[in-house]
Amino acid sequence: MTTPIATFPNPPVQPAPSRLGEAVIVKRSASAPPPPPAQKLEEVAKLVDVSKCIGCKACQSACVEWNDLQPAVGVNVGAYTNPPDLGADMFTLMRFTEWVNPKTNDFEWLIRKDGCMHCSDPGCLKACPAPGAIVQYSNGVVDFIHENCIGCGYCVKGCPFNIPRISQRDNKAYKCTLCSDRLAVGQEPACAKACPTQAIVFGSKEAMKTHADTRIADLKSRGYADAGLYDPQGVGGTHVMYVLHHADQPQIYANLPQDPKISTVVDLWKGLTKYAGLAAMGLAAAGAVLHGLFAKADRASDEDEQNAVRLVEDPKFREEGANADR
Amino acid sequence: MPIGDVQPGDAILADKPVEVSRYRGFTRINHWVTAISLLALAISGLALFHPSFFALTGLFGGGQSTRMLHPWFGVVLLISFFVLFAQLWRLNLWRREDTAWVAHSKDVLEHHEDKLPEIGKYNAGQKVAFWSMAALILVLFATGLVSWQHYFGASTSIEMQRVAILVHAAASIGMVLVVIVHVYAAFWTRGTIRAMTRGTVTGGWAWRHHRKWLRALARDHQAGA
Repeated sequence: MTTPIATFPNPPVQPAPSRLGEAVIVKRSASAPPPPPAQKLEEVAKLVDVSKCIGCKACQSACVEWNDLQPAVGVNVGAYTNPPDLGADMFTLMRFTEWVNPKTNDFEWLIRKDGCMHCSDPGCLKACPAPGAIVQYSNGVVDFIHENCIGCGYCVKGCPFNIPRISQRDNKAYKCTLCSDRLAVGQEPACAKACPTQAIVFGSKEAMKTHADTRIADLKSRGYADAGLYDPQGVGGTHVMYVLHHADQPQIYANLPQDPKISTVVDLWKGLTKYAGLAAMGLAAAGAVLHGLFAKADRASDEDEQNAVRLVEDPKFREEGANADR
Repeated sequence: MPIGDVQPGDAILADKPVEVSRYRGFTRINHWVTAISLLALAISGLALFHPSFFALTGLFGGGQSTRMLHPWFGVVLLISFFVLFAQLWRLNLWRREDTAWVAHSKDVLEHHEDKLPEIGKYNAGQKVAFWSMAALILVLFATGLVSWQHYFGASTSIEMQRVAILVHAAASIGMVLVVIVHVYAAFWTRGTIRAMTRGTVTGGWAWRHHRKWLRALARDHQAGA
């Protein structure tokens, strides 16, 4: 049995200065890259050990509580997953999957805490058109800055994990913040704090990987030969990681993507189209202006005017040159 | 009057010098509603397309209201354009002389329109612009609906939304290019813009660029006189 790997004492009662803010931003949506921060924070990660989760939803409740969310009372749709999906007022969701292991014919109950993965290469941030509405801090946290959000939903299209949700109430995008407001004063995320089995632990990314290794070794020793860490490199690694007992098939955990990466379509939209499009429009506009300045304009001559008069006056002249195929 | 040579309201208004009515008031208003909604779409769309234009959202009251208004401008454009379409499509059908006109398009730029076949109310360039706009507006509206987060965000798959918004971006660039050509051609061919402001053109302009149309109008004029 491993010991708790990180402890976060209760916060002091005096207000503390925020450790997260402008000074530690490394990526900002729709903006030039900010100057490298003077001091880089240690990369953090939340590790969710699926094999230790008992599905109590304490994390979900803690999340709702801390973030002061007020989701409407839902209906029972015959599944433990409740509400049925993430929402603008539900940043994390326990997804329950009933799965029969084809190798052993055993019934397995897979429970995965879904929510923002805090990618190193965030698709939401790449897609976002509003300057500063999505930022990434040097500790890896991807945060939505709601006062800059315009509610277009581009982040929804950019995300490889289908996480952000747009509120119908205020038309802004919402998702897990990794409790950036708690991290800012040295606290761990609310979900990690509430987890009674330490299935959710939080600390530096390195420490979490080390901790994951001990968990994976333990799982392997107990017959889960395919146990492993989910830290997908297609998005540069994530700051929420899973220990999976069947790491070879993440999709069985409520469609956790096997090899998530920013969609090629999103890359094209935010890459080639943007630059080729601007160039084409700029060239066309410049070409028109230059042609307008330097080329001779087309004008009807006096002769044209006289011909028109003649054509209207004289039916014979009118029909003389008329096209046969009108 | 041969069917499909003139539109309602087209008429010779004066003989000496010749003045020709090209667009009646309704069509002109219709055109400018279309043009203004298109301009509003282009500006608000550019603001969301590239960060260097994001400041343009200020014209519409900020990012949130730009995001809200842009699709509604699109609805106005769609309706307005297709009211215009209903009036213009028939004379924009492709004719034999249009193919010849395209083959001689260099002569147009070099002021040798005498080498070209006589053209009805619209030349091949105008027809290409017309049909491109019609097609692009349909594509933009369809992909725009898919991307309209507030009402249709949950109606389609995310993969479909990604494709839709890529096509929307590409089609809008195409649209801007067509509009640049349309506006510049109207400017370069002097005497054209007044057709959409005052509604009339000079006889010389009609003789030079749309002689077949002028002949048809002259026939009507004589029959009526």
